Amino acid sequence: MTDEAQDVIGDYRYGFHDPENSTIRFDQGLSEQVVRDISELKNEPQWMTDIRVKAYRHFVERVMPEWGNCDLLNMIDFESITYFLRSSNKTEKSWDDVPDDIKNTFNRLGIPEAEQKWLGGVTAQYESEAVYHSIREDLEEQGVIFLDMDSGLKQFPEIIKKYFGTVIPYSDNKFSALNTAVWSGGSFLYIPKGISVEMPVQAYFRINAKNMGQFERTLIIADEGSSVHYVEGCTAPSYSTDSLHSAVVELIAMEGAKIRYSTVQNWSSNVYNLVTKRAVAHKNATIEWVDGNIGSKLTMKYPSVLLKGEGAHAEVISVAYAGEGQHQDTGAKVHHLASNTTSNIISKSISKKGGRSSYRGLLQVTPKSSGCRSKIVCDALILDENSRSDTYPTMEIGNSTADLEHEASVSKVSSDQLFYLMSRGFTEEAAMGLIVNGFFEPFTRELPMEYALELNKLLELEMEGSIG
Amino acid sequence: MREVAEEILRIENLHVSVEGTAILKGVNLTIHRGEIHVIMGRNGAGKSTLANVVMGHPAYVITEGSIFYKGQPLEELAVFERARAGMFLSFQYPAVIPGVQVGTFLKKSVTSVRDEAPKGRAFRKELTAAMEQLSMDKSFLSRYVNDGFSGGEKKRLEILQMLLLKPHLALLDETDSGLDIDALRIVAKGINEVAVDSACLIITHYQRLLDLVKPDYVHAMINGAIVQTGGPELALKLEDRGYDWLDVTA
Ligand SMILES: Nc1ncnc2c1ncn2[C@@H]1O[C@H](COP(=O)(O)OP(=O)(O)OP(=O)(O)O)[C@@H](O)[C@H]1O
Ligand SMILES: [Mg+2]
Repeated sequence: MTDEAQDVIGDYRYGFHDPENSTIRFDQGLSEQVVRDISELKNEPQWMTDIRVKAYRHFVERVMPEWGNCDLLNMIDFESITYFLRSSNKTEKSWDDVPDDIKNTFNRLGIPEAEQKWLGGVTAQYESEAVYHSIREDLEEQGVIFLDMDSGLKQFPEIIKKYFGTVIPYSDNKFSALNTAVWSGGSFLYIPKGISVEMPVQAYFRINAKNMGQFERTLIIADEGSSVHYVEGCTAPSYSTDSLHSAVVELIAMEGAKIRYSTVQNWSSNVYNLVTKRAVAHKNATIEWVDGNIGSKLTMKYPSVLLKGEGAHAEVISVAYAGEGQHQDTGAKVHHLASNTTSNIISKSISKKGGRSSYRGLLQVTPKSSGCRSKIVCDALILDENSRSDTYPTMEIGNSTADLEHEASVSKVSSDQLFYLMSRGFTEEAAMGLIVNGFFEPFTRELPMEYALELNKLLELEMEGSIG
Repeated sequence: MREVAEEILRIENLHVSVEGTAILKGVNLTIHRGEIHVIMGRNGAGKSTLANVVMGHPAYVITEGSIFYKGQPLEELAVFERARAGMFLSFQYPAVIPGVQVGTFLKKSVTSVRDEAPKGRAFRKELTAAMEQLSMDKSFLSRYVNDGFSGGEKKRLEILQMLLLKPHLALLDETDSGLDIDALRIVAKGINEVAVDSACLIITHYQRLLDLVKPDYVHAMINGAIVQTGGPELALKLEDRGYDWLDVTA
């Protein structure tokens, strides 16, 4: 490993990378031909090719967002990115059949072990495509469909055609256009009416190659009265050049359905993480975004919920940790489009060593929506003088019956808290780690236990060597 | 003949200031294993300052004099090392640590002080016994450290920690304040247990604790210095007459 790479890696535990053994690798750079080539390679129906091309043209015309961290955004060099990289010719159903180097990576990340212990299904994506995929038989028998998106399009083209891009059209923003043009991989999950999937299903996204662009596309449909918990994890090696992760995630919860979508994003600090996540909740449906952002160079992500049906409920709990050289621009958007809809937003951020975290929120209540309730709590913890936290809340309230609560706080770790813990035998770093874990607790307690423990460990490691 | 007990704490001519203001002005105090010392004094006299500086609070600057713990100069030890060496401070105002459960905190604290993770079942037994002794409900373990605790509950949690950490030097800063009569008895019992084999420095305003915990020495602190030392009778006299008569002496 070069010294330069080592510098970038620092304490990042997942910064290792494997030799690249790609079977197909596109040249760097983007053009309409690249978009058509991806579609052709995947043998897609014409309508998908057409959407991709339209999206590409929109992407070219669309200007960069003029808000957020424009300096960092404008540093993205779209021509230096690899838009498609196939590292295995097949999506395997058994880990034994996955190429060794890739399998080892996922072993190191603990995925097969987690799968055996407590998951209902797993998709493991490496670069552009899923290399492994499996679902428990009992779920399959109940009619649950859990596939990587490419296989989903092959096997269930009519469902995909009906819902693809309906929650997030390609024209939504520059990066949703980019994703629609070059998407590859991601998950397709369908839960039939009335089925509750008790064990979480997980997708794991790994970028291995340098200058890679990963553009997964996820669509989750929970039919009437069903429920599911989907978990997403992501890591990448630490390189001194940047990678781009730009996903689109669309969720649809039909009447009375419930979808919980949990993410622990732990990209290395050379990854741009520009993700559009949006959900539609129909009558009495519930959407829960549990969104943790620990890594990346710049994250811009605002999980959104359109509360379309009466009585629908949205829950967004997010945490962001911005360390050295990182900007976490995150938040939540909830649109109360029907009466008696409710939402609850909790956002917590920590900034350390010059890191910057921003909360960007939107709460909308349309004029015809009466009796809506919403509570927003934003807490920021700043660990040193060089770090920064800002909030940009927007409220568009068109109906006077809305019941809204908004609390915001910015705090620092007090020397009395540190002294108290140190007087109980904790080193300063351990004390800081405990305080930070406590601050994120409202988030961690929502995660499956295995993730919660992992996240706590991760945060404790982040606090190591950080005091001085 | 009685053997001379081990010297635990020795404070010599200690001068301490906070943000440039002198608070302690020449404190001398030596405590041996098995001894209970009490410090009384008016609000603002410098009692908590003394306890905090012994434990190593960074806001308090020693401008003159020294502190020795078991013969070792304390300035060499960081706060967490003092804890691991067997020093313990029961805080007058324990800090709130939001989101951190008491159970997790206790386990981690015991692990750091003992320098090894306590065995799961043995630790649970020890913890349950200590909590029963302090009449603390199990539900405390899942609450956040001192978050929303009543004054008396905070003090009980301090004593619970003391029972688990088994210190060689216990500094108890107004641990009796805010306790109801039953709790005072329970806490006194805890202190007496620890005091058998440790050095104890108790800061208090009230005789009522001293009816239950028999001090060997009582010190009166006025304006940052110990101006009078006596036996239990001094506490009774202070309770009866206040501190004014000492001003003349000081
Ligand atoms: N961190 C600090 N910053 C500024 N002043 C301080 C600080 N700590 C103590 N002091 C001051 O030092 C003096 C002594 O305070 P200390 O807390 O030691 O008193 P005390 O004897 O414990 O009083 P009490 O009986 O009220 O607890 C007080 O005037 C107090 O205001
Ligand atoms: Mg005091």
